[in-house]
Amino acid sequence: MLLVDALRDPSSTAALDADGWTALLAMARAEQLIGTLARRLSGLPVPTAVSEILEEARVNAEYQRRSALWEADCARRALVDYVGKVVLMKGTAYAAAGLMASEGRHIGDLDIMVARADLPKVEAALLAAGWEWVKDDAYDDAYYRDHMHELPPLIHKERDRMIDVHHTILPPTARPRPDATTMLADAVALEDGLYVFSHADRAIHSATHLLADGELDGGLRNLWDIHCLLTECTQSNFWSELQSRATHHDLWPAVQRAARMAHRLYGTDIPSGWRTKHWRDGYYIRRLTARDAWGRGTRPMLRLLFYVRSHWLRMPPLMLAGHLWVKWRKRP
Amino acid sequence: MYEFRVQVGPAAFRIGSAWKRPVNELAELYREYPTPDIADYSVRLEATSLIRRFIRPSVAINGDYILPDAAPLPLAQALLAAEMGMNLQMALGWRRHLLLHASAVEKDGKALIMTGASGSGKSTLSAMLGCKGWRFMGDEFVLLDLLTGAVVPFPRLISLKNTSIGAMQATALDGRFGPLLRDTPKGEIRHLVPARDAIRAMTQPAQPALLLFPSFGFESAVREIAPSEIFIRLTQASTNYVALGEAGFKTLTRFINTVPARAIDYRKGEEAEALVNQLWDDLS
Repeated sequence: MLLVDALRDPSSTAALDADGWTALLAMARAEQLIGTLARRLSGLPVPTAVSEILEEARVNAEYQRRSALWEADCARRALVDYVGKVVLMKGTAYAAAGLMASEGRHIGDLDIMVARADLPKVEAALLAAGWEWVKDDAYDDAYYRDHMHELPPLIHKERDRMIDVHHTILPPTARPRPDATTMLADAVALEDGLYVFSHADRAIHSATHLLADGELDGGLRNLWDIHCLLTECTQSNFWSELQSRATHHDLWPAVQRAARMAHRLYGTDIPSGWRTKHWRDGYYIRRLTARDAWGRGTRPMLRLLFYVRSHWLRMPPLMLAGHLWVKWRKRP
Repeated sequence: MYEFRVQVGPAAFRIGSAWKRPVNELAELYREYPTPDIADYSVRLEATSLIRRFIRPSVAINGDYILPDAAPLPLAQALLAAEMGMNLQMALGWRRHLLLHASAVEKDGKALIMTGASGSGKSTLSAMLGCKGWRFMGDEFVLLDLLTGAVVPFPRLISLKNTSIGAMQATALDGRFGPLLRDTPKGEIRHLVPARDAIRAMTQPAQPALLLFPSFGFESAVREIAPSEIFIRLTQASTNYVALGEAGFKTLTRFINTVPARAIDYRKGEEAEALVNQLWDDLS
């Protein structure tokens, strides 16, 4: 796929004609990877029209980074009296920790994690600081509180920015049970008093987000995060640490598959023993690369399968039936 | 997917359509514009469902940047859908200039900028002045260069609405109007192709010389506005002021500090024209 090739080997874009460039840019925008692509192509010769588009993407990525860090600081100030750890997750965490994964990355909502027992305190502090509920539906609200790994989304009434407050990294209804307490305990402090996960837990969370939760929408960006997180860790014991942590969290299959796919698509350097062949990886890769030259999603049947799979992973069958029944009756 | 490409000022668009007709209509109206190789943005006019491709066709506006809750339009209004799609790419994507929701015309190398809420008449005034000795630079977006502060033209098709359609049919040349679109979400719409010279000069910027806030429907009057109010109104009129950070702030404050501004009220096009000419002559 054009976009994967360009990210993996930026010099491969030298062969592109005008239509090829237009397709690459449309795909990169659709996958929210245009800022990352712009960083990867920095310093390489590209047509003038393309260099202007990439410069625009760099300006925009810088804006997203600035607003994400500002939003994190707003949350920090709202929670200044809270004594527990406030852990930044995903894009904001990568930006705050200055990681390679944050270079040019699109950053949307703010994601944080706190101890489950402290959710009421944290929720009250955020509400007092101007955040309010997005959903006013009683079923959705109760569903989040009973069965999800996060509070129902909050939005700040003045800044119009969303925050997701997590207490673990997977819905409690999913089969794997990650150990959130250890993740919090091992989180690393930043200078301003906020925290980020340890190296291994960052990679585990990213792999979980990609493969154990959700339908792989925007998965190429997620996999690029994984590529960067795995590439950036050079400590000799990183891989064994990653494997034992992932096993401890019940997430070794997801981490292993994510590493294999990053290796296959982006050429990530992973241990030779991890480079095994699995016939099902092909479906994941076909789903991740289902985009055409107009940026449209392709392979609708495969998309549907992964959509069904995402619900299957998230809840036990009986619960899923009940949930779909309620959602069907409430349809507009 | 049928395809059409067009260059408008500094922006290159690729428009894809599930139907042939919108592409033909666009090609006809944009016939005097250049065709780019590489597109800055892609817009897609797609059927809302397989059935709606053939029976009572319904156009969903998609593209690089989309509004998730954008309402679909009937195929007869596909030109409007394309226009909305192109505007959306600029409003959400453009980061190369400070973008103001405003219209502009040029005379003697200097630009007059008009901004205001929809219904203020800024679009119609720019179209009218474009037929009376001024060069039309754009009726929707004004692009301010981040280094020089110059106004960069974005002379897309002029989108005339309701009563301004009749007013411009009396002023502009025949053969430069698109089809009349009835019952759109904005009432009646008819597109007008800008003057040939305005299209030919679409790469030539002009230094801003006067900023006007027109209001339609009030007795003819001219008022001064405090720079602080101008600043707030222009930040609201800009879709990328915040995203541009310091560069946006510098460009906007320089604009406000160097360009004289007035609010004008008018009830008829001729009144507005007289006020504009008077204020323009007072500059020199």
